[in-house]
Parts: sequence; structure tokens; C-alpha cells
Amino acid sequence: MKAIRMLGRSIRDAFKSVIRNFSLSLASISCITITLIIVAIAIMASFNVNNFTEEIEKDLTIVAFIDNDAKEEDIENIKQDLENIENVDKIKMISKQELKEQMKKESEVFNKVLDGWEDNESPLKDTFQIKVKEVEKIGNTADKIKKIDKISVVRYGEGMVEKLISAFASIKNVTYGVVVALVIVTIFLIINTIKLTISARKREISIMRLVGASNFTIKTPFIIEGMILGLLGSIIPIIFSTYGYLMFYRHFDGYIMTQLIQLIKPEPFMYTTALIVVVIGMIVGMVGSASAVRRYLKI
Amino acid sequence: MDLIKIKHVDKKYKNGVTAIYDLDVSIEKGSFVFVIGGSGSGKSTLIKMLYREEKPTKGQIIVGGLDVAKLRNKKVYKLRRKIGIVFQDYRLLPKMTVYENVAFALEVIGAKKEEIRTKVLKALEEVGLKNKLHNYPDQLSGGEQQRVAIARAIVNGPKLLLCDEPTGNLDPEKSMEIMKVLEDINKSRGTTIIMATHDKDIVNKLKKSVLVLKDGHLSKFEKKGTYDHESN
Repeated sequence: MKAIRMLGRSIRDAFKSVIRNFSLSLASISCITITLIIVAIAIMASFNVNNFTEEIEKDLTIVAFIDNDAKEEDIENIKQDLENIENVDKIKMISKQELKEQMKKESEVFNKVLDGWEDNESPLKDTFQIKVKEVEKIGNTADKIKKIDKISVVRYGEGMVEKLISAFASIKNVTYGVVVALVIVTIFLIINTIKLTISARKREISIMRLVGASNFTIKTPFIIEGMILGLLGSIIPIIFSTYGYLMFYRHFDGYIMTQLIQLIKPEPFMYTTALIVVVIGMIVGMVGSASAVRRYLKI
Repeated sequence: MDLIKIKHVDKKYKNGVTAIYDLDVSIEKGSFVFVIGGSGSGKSTLIKMLYREEKPTKGQIIVGGLDVAKLRNKKVYKLRRKIGIVFQDYRLLPKMTVYENVAFALEVIGAKKEEIRTKVLKALEEVGLKNKLHNYPDQLSGGEQQRVAIARAIVNGPKLLLCDEPTGNLDPEKSMEIMKVLEDINKSRGTTIIMATHDKDIVNKLKKSVLVLKDGHLSKFEKKGTYDHESN
């Protein structure tokens, strides 16, 4: 009962303080707003980059071409050997005929050209499509596959894809770094703005201490105040990021440059981002005000 | 029964000034003690140590069973709930009415609304300000403001009331009014009162216990004492 009563008073005092010190509150709020916009952009960028990497990794396969003179049992042996390679995840055999059908479907030119060939004079070969467990080791695995008997050529992204993936990885790290740095900077800014509101209430805090309010009781309204500031500060970033992302997604039609680089679908992604932004805003506000009030509790 | 036990207390400030040397006194429950002495005699330091704004460098201070020196910053509120404190500069909140100022002391410790109302009205009645409930501090005279501060200090029913020069800003007539209020509280509530002052007239007129400090040393502690030449 008493706890609820005290919490009620804390919430009331927090709202009072936000309104009473409106110009300072506004300073904190705009400070949070600007950071959160950048944080939201960084979050969406890093999630998307992450998504690109995952999608590309999913698509990445090693294609091993089997010599034309390989017999049924050779193919069976190759399959065994492939399965014994550590990094190999899944193996799929595609025969000349299947490949031909696939290619014919893909383009009309192929369709015409391929139609002229009989199976025995076809330049196409039976292939194994191999998925690997760890993309980073794909070069190594391809080398091992090359050494298997009756396998003529092995192909995979050959550098291009690896470069893309490592580029994405560094973009991801940079965006994470930016998010962390921004959050820290905002916490400091908020500590300073809230310190101003609190120093205006130094007297009140010292009187609270004198009449026997516990530190917890004194701190709570300020922490709630920080939460409110964080909450108010995240409104614009949320609107900005959800509508912004939706427009961005529509403008690019869901992918950047090639079909390979797919953007994350706006739903539920933008809601998740909004949630993360609110939570970061509230935590930043709370941490900021909690540490700002702390030094007044030593009287 | 002793409410306060001060055992061999030394207080040396960080800047090297020693304010109290080996102070060793006990103060009985229900007594009214004047702490007197000139500037820099250590009166304020003693009062501050009693409500633990300052910690003794050496020795032990026990207030109502609490070892004040050992009290951690987080637990100070436990002591503060047992005592009331009145300062020379009143320390009221300017944006709150008289009623709100007094109620504030109960609100922050989580009292119920009805309980707050009864206690605040009673305390304000005791200091004679029941007719000024809704005034703001700047609409009151100095003496009245100090009475609000006293009401706030006693509203929680403390065993001990510490007053640091409560009449320092008031003229003799208003000072006597304050003293009358404090005497009443001492009598009717049985609250122990310790008051630091350098007002000769008050000390001599009221004839209470007098604790004289001189350059940080205890020079005299007697019942029904007066402010004589030694005290300066």
C-alpha cells in the first residue's frame, strides 16, 4: 500500500517537474530526439546489412562439375567423398538434363540454343551443388573438392562474394560502434541537462534528506522524469524511422541495386525498431537522471 | 535515561581545522539544552554531527540507540526520522504553502493522506499558525516562517529537536515568541531540545541546561546555567 502511494507521488512529482522546468525538459527531449533518429537509422542499417549477409550466405553454393566419363559408381564415390569434407552442409546432384531445363526456363536465348543440342553433345555437365556450413572457409573447402577424382571444375563466388560479405561485416561493426558511441554521448548530455533541472531543486532535495526521505524515495521521481523525457524524445524518431523506412523500401522496391541485396520487409521490422528506439530512449533518460541526482544525495 | 551519548568525540575537518576536542557528554531525555560559545567554538559542528551532516573523526555518538558515526549515507534517513531540525535560515520551500511545507515532511516518508492532515494541523496549531495554512512563505514574517519550520520539524513526532541558531535572524521580541513555542513543545511533547545560540538574553531568561564550548573544548555543562563572561 505504502509503496504504491509513494510511487503515485513519485509519478505525480515527475510530471510536475517536466512541466515546471519545461524549457530544460525541452532541451533534454530534443537532445534525445536527435540521437535516437541517428540511432534508429544505424539500427535499421545494421539489421539490413546483417540480412544481406545472411541472404547471400544462404544462396552461396559451390558448384562442382563432374567429368563426362564418370560412371554411376564414380558419382556415388564423389558423393561419399564430399560428405566426408567437414565444412560441407548439404549436397545436391543436378544432372545435365535438369540443368538444361533450368537454363531453358531462365532465358529465351538459352532456350533456343539448348534445344539444338542432344544430350551426348551437350556442353553441360552433371554437377553437384554444395552448401557449406561456414562461408568464411569456402575457399578452403573448394580446394579440397577439386582434389576429388573425376571432378573437373569447381566454382563458387570466387572472391567477389567473400569481399562483399566482409565489406558487410565491417559496415555492421561500424554501425554498432556508432550506436554505442551515440548512446554514451546522449547519456552524458542528458546527465548535464538533468543536472540543471536538479540543481534548481537542490534545496528541495536537501530538505527531503533532512526530514528523513530515503535516497530511494528522492531518486525515484527523477528517474521517472528521465523515463518520461526519453519517452517524449522517442516520438519523433519513431515516426521518422517507421515512415522513413516504409518510403525507402517502396522507393527501392525492396532491394538495392541487385535482387541479391534484399531489404528487410517493413513489417514487423519497423515495429521492432520502434520498440528498440523507445527502450533505448527510456534507458538513456533513466541512467542519465539517476546519475545526475546521485551527487546531491551525499548531504 | 540518556537520549544522546557523546563519547570522546574529536572532529577534525579535511582542511586541518579541529572543531571539537574530546567531547564527552550525555544528554537526558526530555531536557532542554543550550549549546553556547563564540564563533568557531564548535556549536554548529556539534549540531551537525548529531544529525550526521558531519561525521566525528574519533569517538562515538549515540542518538536514541543509533550509532550515528557508523550510519552509512544510505541509512541516514533512519536517524533523520527520529529527529527534527530547525535552522537559522528556515529552509522552507518557496513554491509551497505553509500547509504543503509541513506536509512535505510526512509525504516523503510515505504517510497516508488523512494521517498527514491531522498531524500537520496539530503541529501548526502548536506553533500558532493555524490561520495561515494557505499562505506562501514570502507572505509571512521571519518569526512566522521560523514557526512553520518548527512545525515541519515536529510534525513527525521526533524525540529530539535540534535547533541551530533558530533566532539568529529575528529581533528580540520575535525571538522570545520562538522560545515560547520551543518551551511548549519541550513540555507538552516531552521532546528533547538542543539549541545552539549566542543570544545571551534568551539563555539567561530561560534558565535551562547550558553546554558551553570554547575553541572546541567543553568548558562547562550545567543545569540552569547562564551566559557569563566565560562563555565568550
